Amino acid sequence: MSAIVKPQTHGLSQADVARIRADFPILDERPHGKKLVFLDSAASSQKPVQVIEAMDDYYRRYHANIHRGVYHISELATEAYEEARASVARFIGTPCAAECIFVRNATEGLNLVAYSWGRTNVRRGDAIVLTEMEHHSNLVPWQVLAQETGAQLRFVPVTDDGRLDLRNLDALLDGAKLFAFTAVSNTLGTINPVSDLAARARAAGAISIVDACQAVPRMPVDVTQWGADFIAFSGHKMLGPTGIGILWGRKALLDAMPPFLTGGGMIGVVELTHSTYADVPARFEAGTPAIAEAVGLAAAVRYLEAVGMERIHQYELYLAEYAMERLLRIPAVKLYGPPMSDRTGVISMTVGDIHAHDLASILDSEGVCVRAGHHCNQPLMEKLGVPATARASFYLYNTPEEVDALVSAIEKAKRIFKIA
Amino acid sequence: MTDNTFTGMDELYRDFILDHYRNPRNAGIIENPDASYEALNPLCGDKIRMDLKINDGVVTDIKFKGRGCAISQASASLLTEQIKGKSLAEINKVGKDDVLANVGINISAARLKCALLGLKVLKSALALKYVEDPDI
Repeated sequence: MSAIVKPQTHGLSQADVARIRADFPILDERPHGKKLVFLDSAASSQKPVQVIEAMDDYYRRYHANIHRGVYHISELATEAYEEARASVARFIGTPCAAECIFVRNATEGLNLVAYSWGRTNVRRGDAIVLTEMEHHSNLVPWQVLAQETGAQLRFVPVTDDGRLDLRNLDALLDGAKLFAFTAVSNTLGTINPVSDLAARARAAGAISIVDACQAVPRMPVDVTQWGADFIAFSGHKMLGPTGIGILWGRKALLDAMPPFLTGGGMIGVVELTHSTYADVPARFEAGTPAIAEAVGLAAAVRYLEAVGMERIHQYELYLAEYAMERLLRIPAVKLYGPPMSDRTGVISMTVGDIHAHDLASILDSEGVCVRAGHHCNQPLMEKLGVPATARASFYLYNTPEEVDALVSAIEKAKRIFKIA
Repeated sequence: MTDNTFTGMDELYRDFILDHYRNPRNAGIIENPDASYEALNPLCGDKIRMDLKINDGVVTDIKFKGRGCAISQASASLLTEQIKGKSLAEINKVGKDDVLANVGINISAARLKCALLGLKVLKSALALKYVEDPDI
């Protein structure tokens, strides 16, 4: 075995992680008779029993539609839903809960901004600035907006080591209405300088929109410190359920925006031919929302707060550093992205001429779950010149032993493909 | 010690599969093909293009160009070997089971699309050709 001495645990102790793991029932599963080694949390995290039970409790004891019933359990449900909003607001550092809109996921949040703010404010000839490392969810809505309005798309390039090349940013932002960028690359793990980018957008007269999907689950995020105008993230990547996400926006911007989806729940007064709309946030939450999911998300937020976001971040960096150190010692392994100083626990790799899908299949036969493919990031993959990578991502419940399991599964893949 | 747990993967990636992956037969493109098609598996980015020469209802030449996993590329390579020199009537009868027999293993549902991409491209190329020229 390797002679590498594992670095001292940062953030969380072995005992902390053991306690955390005991909260995640799925970690006891044994796919193909192997211990489950789940290294795909950047795609979707697993759920602690506290989240599962909070949703179960809601359905068993106080499910009813919200903001409508005058009876007791409807009041309980309404209270829980609004408390969930307040929990999320506290978690991301905004004093104003109404700035947090419940949406289905980050994709819906970004579409909400593109449709509502975008179609009101973007005109022919305006520029929309994006980066080359955007997830398709923060790319396609802007492509559609540009096609509809005649606006022009501009891209901040990515350097060979996976960072944003900001040398021409001011020129790119000249004449821009909006700058949409990711806080953390889902493929390369790159952490972008959000406050700096938001400030430069503001100086150029553009609003800034942050895809925070990979940031909010794994590092302390304070929207007042970031200084952006909108941020979007998904609940299911941060221990919460699927089907719920958050769009945070500055109150003044949200107040001036027309509805995105229309119908019940978002109205003021409805007459047969016209209606007035409710105030923010209700204006953007048409129809019966995902109440159980909001309750689950609030439980997830409580869980993350109890562990501590800074500790989670440190622990993930510790795991990523250990993984990179071990992986770099395997001949034929190639890692993509910036050095540890600028990244999170997301590691994209190729192994010799083994295609990422074959690699992931072989790792799966050992119980190791990684993502394979283009990670909803096709233009970036083209730029890197690889058809697909395998991506391992770490979270608070992973262990150094699971990194070892990844390494030995890669060794097996190499044996099967007869790679020295 | 034998690693029993690994038999499944050893069976999937047998020598001839790796050989067809690394040394694909009938690789390349045909200038002025009689039929041609390219398809992408958007989930994984696997891509295959096939070009065919057809004379008197017989596929006299076929070439493919692609990128992707060992299963998709080897399966396409094996398919081109199987159909080269065959009549269109014979090729019409080639289906999913033949392709899976070529690859020679039970493929999990998640990888079935990879194994069948080449067949999809071949059938699409011929279908387009039929639309253009029903008498072929």
